[in-house]
Amino acid sequence: MAKLKVEDLKRIKESMKGTVNLRQGDYRVKITVHMGTCGIAAGARTLMSALLEKLEKSGATDIILTSSGCAGLCNHEPMITVEVKEAAPVKYVKLDPDKVDRIFDEHVIGGHPVAEYALSVGSETTY
Amino acid sequence: MQDLSLHILDIAENATRAGATLIEIDISEDIGKDLLKIRIQDNGRGMDPETLKGATDPFVTTRTTRRVGMGLPLLKQAARETGGDLLLTSESGKGTRVLATFQKSHIDRRPLGDMGATLITLIMGNPDLDFVYRSNLREQEVEVDTRSIRKALNSTVRITDPAVIRLIRDLFSKRVD
Ligand code: FES
Repeated sequence: MAKLKVEDLKRIKESMKGTVNLRQGDYRVKITVHMGTCGIAAGARTLMSALLEKLEKSGATDIILTSSGCAGLCNHEPMITVEVKEAAPVKYVKLDPDKVDRIFDEHVIGGHPVAEYALSVGSETTY
Repeated sequence: MQDLSLHILDIAENATRAGATLIEIDISEDIGKDLLKIRIQDNGRGMDPETLKGATDPFVTTRTTRRVGMGLPLLKQAARETGGDLLLTSESGKGTRVLATFQKSHIDRRPLGDMGATLITLIMGNPDLDFVYRSNLREQEVEVDTRSIRKALNSTVRITDPAVIRLIRDLFSKRVD
């Protein structure tokens, strides 16, 4: 039976000592993957995995990665929404891990939305 | 859905929106009877008998009244394609239990798929909810309980921290079909 070892968790705890832990709501960028039925069938989970990998590699601590329900746009799935604090949220549609890779580098890290993959700028919020 | 882990993700995501604080996923097998069993149980608000009756039928309710979505009808269909079935029990205010059984060796039985990715996606998207995952299969024996992980981390590290997620991910390093 594969189980988590308490020692491993303790090790993580130790390595984090002294680093500032973000409070909920305290972030620079929030990335939301839409996980409705169509989104999941269209590959939303692979986007989550790709984003997690990017997040881990980047070492950034001011980025929140989360999911929400259906965005009501079946034929545009899979989708994510990127919200940079103080900027309009951008909804990206018909994604794959490669596109997400680019969005992470250019928009999440670089601050420049990738217009080619965006649905609309400004009118959308996550829910 | 290509595999069962995606069905499970969809059903569990629904449960998170039904006000659950704990979602348990159990995967087991009965080798003698050639069965694969998936149980997904939540402690959310549950369904009244009327909703329950229509919940696994893709046609019975209209989109506006369908709170539970298409996840259940799709999983039921996947189970029935193998000669199995889906059993849904629920009580208003007490939660819902989904039990799907499959004939394990059936040619139409979809592979289990990447349960690690499903579990991690659930945790990332719902960091305040607890998840218990248990699989007891020849191919995979894993147990994850976010309640005990939280206890060990003692709120100094978030459960969604990439290092913690990596540990959970690694428990699933063996792929299952
Ligand atoms: S699940 Fe289809 S658009 Fe939301």
